[in-house]
Order: sequence, then structure tokens, then C-alpha cells
Amino acid sequence: MTEQTPSSTAPHPYPGKLIIVEGIDGSGKSTQLLLLHKWLEAKGHKVFFTEWNSSDLVKDTTKRGKKNKSLTPTTFSLLHATDFASRLYHEILPPLKAGMLVLADRYMYTAFARDVVRGVSPEWVRKLYSFAIKPDMAFYFKVPIEVAISRLLGGTRGQFKYYEAGMDMNLSQDVTESFRIFQSRILAQYDKIVDEYQLITMDATKDIAEQQDLMRRLVDEALKDYKPRRGTHGRRSLFWRRFDVPKSE
Amino acid sequence: MGDAHYFGDGLTYLNPSDLKGKLIAIEGTDGVGRSTHIELLQEWLEVQGYGVITTGWTRSNLMSKTIEAAKGGNILDRWSLSLLYATDFADRLEHQIIPALRSGFIVLADRYIYTAFARDFVRSNDRKWIRDVFGFALVPDLVCYLRIDVETLVLRVIETKAMNYWESGMDLRLGNDLYDSFKKYQSLMIEEFDKMAEEFKFEVVDARKSPEDIQDELRAKIQRLLTEEGLGRVPSSAAQGTSV
Repeated sequence: MTEQTPSSTAPHPYPGKLIIVEGIDGSGKSTQLLLLHKWLEAKGHKVFFTEWNSSDLVKDTTKRGKKNKSLTPTTFSLLHATDFASRLYHEILPPLKAGMLVLADRYMYTAFARDVVRGVSPEWVRKLYSFAIKPDMAFYFKVPIEVAISRLLGGTRGQFKYYEAGMDMNLSQDVTESFRIFQSRILAQYDKIVDEYQLITMDATKDIAEQQDLMRRLVDEALKDYKPRRGTHGRRSLFWRRFDVPKSE
Repeated sequence: MGDAHYFGDGLTYLNPSDLKGKLIAIEGTDGVGRSTHIELLQEWLEVQGYGVITTGWTRSNLMSKTIEAAKGGNILDRWSLSLLYATDFADRLEHQIIPALRSGFIVLADRYIYTAFARDFVRSNDRKWIRDVFGFALVPDLVCYLRIDVETLVLRVIETKAMNYWESGMDLRLGNDLYDSFKKYQSLMIEEFDKMAEEFKFEVVDARKSPEDIQDELRAKIQRLLTEEGLGRVPSSAAQGTSV
């Protein structure tokens, strides 16, 4: 009646390739993915980008729930899973089936780390995402908490957001201290996840260019057998008309 | 619900053992008259002095508008659809149902997780995932299943309200028009509900009977539950003064 349910632990059967990045806020993962994106496109690949919590289906709901602080660990987790499901179906699977490269900023491992720290059962959240497909490459950008804090406060952000700092968990009245405690716990979860799912650990304290060189080498190696699809000219970035394309920066 | 427990992997941050109220779910396919009966049950219970709240599928503050909008677009995939329901349910569970049960209310739920199970199953042929997702749900003290056959249901729905896209399972392309699709979809739903009725020990009520008979049966089942649990308020048991 329906197509076979994909598996989150076995390789996917599609001709495209899925590359994802993980790491806490301030790890520099988005910068690295952006640079990889530029490089892949310069090489002539068809690349599609998707990021965590960006689907039109639930983005506004999450925003509203965050604003009036009514989200519980479980609804927080379920909303992000709904967003992920919607993007998997509309943004990730079509380009993969069409043989494109898909880059994802955060994947289910974010939920495994963050939602568990918020208090949901580790087994439950893994079952929740069992419909996901296994990425072809998964990079984890590992960074000490102090480095992340100084990067975020030093420039790109200025101030931590309520949920990003885990302020909903009453860890500390001080936002920076709350961020430190919350994200340290997430780091500890990531350490477990890296082993469980064999993520590629990147030393995110290194120079941006140095990290990128290594990332490109690894991706190049992994794409050896990949046959790029060359079809139409012009960028194809929209698969369903009702949904807007997320901005890639 | 002194022995309250979760359906599967529960809310690890919330111990259900101090829930004093009773959770009663009314299940059944579209158009069997669930909401009418719940209204009458609430009235009947309140007259007896019980505190009652009702909670309905997709009626959470967080999700009701989102679900409406999503269904309007009608290109929802199976997972998103089920996860939207799960999010709505979780919001109501944590913000309405559990607080009410903790304060000793009787909670009447218009549809419960079994509706989600049936809807996901007819779309996927897979029972496991959706049941895992709803692991955090409380197992109700009583599930009353208003059972109807599809022939009677079709007539009733045409008489009372029009068939709609989702109640007809049009996303499944089961038939060429609303009527064919509705019949096939609701047949599949009834079939799955019947299976769950055995598996989860639903109290089955024949929804082809008159509304009065159905209401009497529902009341008898609820009365039995409340009496068994020492919550009976009928004069005979109240006289013994043992109700807690």
C-alpha cells in the first residue's frame, strides 16, 4: 500500500548522497557546511541544502510555543520531529532520489542529544526518528564549551536565546551560566552518540580553512563512486510548490 | 487512577502515581456521535457531583491551528500527519489531562491514541512506529468504543453532515470519489478498531442503537468503573461513607 519504510541505521537505497553536520551552537558547523556547499557547487554538483527546524509546517508553531514558554520536553521533541519528517519527505528524499547531493545542518542526532538532556527517554526519541534515513556522511564538530561561548558572545550572536541556553530547565538565572551547564550536558550526550552512530569527529578548535581542507578531502574520498546527475540548467531548489525554500544562510 | 501507567516509554520527568482522577476515552470512527454522548455524560456526572473536564482530538492550544492549516494543504506525509497528532496529544496530556487527573477530575477524552494508531496503520501497514511514538500516553482507566458498521455509518454521515476530504481518506486514493473513498477508508478504520478492541480490551457499545440506549450503556460502564474504584456516588454506596 505504501513504499517501504526506510531505516535510520541501514544505508539508504537512493542514488544521491546525504551529508550532515552536527555540533553545539558555536561549534562552527554551519560555517563549515557553507564552505563545503560552495566547493561542491563550484565542482558542478547539484546540491540541495536543508536545516533543522525550518519547515513551514511547524516553524511558526515552534516559534509561538517558545515565545509563550508553553513547550514541554515532549512537545518540544515532537515538534522538531514533525519538522524533520516534513523536511525529509519534501526536501531530503526528492533530491536524493533524483541523484543530488543533500547537505543538512543538524540531523536526528541533535534530537538524540538535546531532547534527552531536556528529559525525554533516550529510547523513545530514537524510536521516534526510526523513519529517518542514514546519512552517507555525518560530521560532528567537537568543541570545548568555553570556546563555543567565547565565539558566540564574541561576535556572531552577542546574546544567547532562551531555549538555546536551556533557560526552560531552570539551571541558572544567569543566561551564560545556564548555557554553559546545558550545552555541557549536550556535549556529553554527543560523545555517546559519536560512538553509537560512528559520526566523523572534527576538531572544531582548529582554523576554519584547516578544518575545511580535511572535510573536503573526506567528502572527495566518499564521493568516489558517486555519479553526479546532470539534467536541467538552472538551480532546482523547490520540489513542492506550497512550501517555501529555506534560506541557506 | 492509582495504578496509572504509561503505554510505553513514558514521561521520564513525570511520575504518574499520584493521579487521583479517572481517565475515560470514547473511541470510534467519524460520525458515530461521540461528542454528543460526551456532552450528555459530562452533564450526568456533574449532576452527581463529579468534577469533569473534556478533551478533544486536535484541540490543543499549541497545535489546533497548525493542524487545520496543514490539512488544508493536503500534501501531508504519513509521518508528519501522525506527529502533528502526537504533538497535539502531548500538549493536552501535559497541560490538561495530567493536571486534571492530579486534582481528582474525571477526564472524558473525545478520541484517544487508538484513533492515531488506526489512522497511521491504514496509511502505512505498520503498527510499531506509531505505538512507539505514543509511548508517553497514559493508559486510560476505561475505553468505550462506539462500534458501527460502514453501511449504517455512510447513511448517517450523508444525513447529518457532508463527507470531508480527510474523513474520506482521500489522501490514500482508495476510491474515485468521496463516497467510494469514504466507504473504503472507514471500513479499514473499523477493521483496525475491531482488532484493537480485542487487543486493548475496549468496552464495545453498539452505535447502531438509539442514542438513549447508547447513553444508558455508557453510563452503566462508567458507573461500574467508579463504583469498583470506590468513587461511587449513587445513594447506596454513598451511605456507607467509604468513598475517597
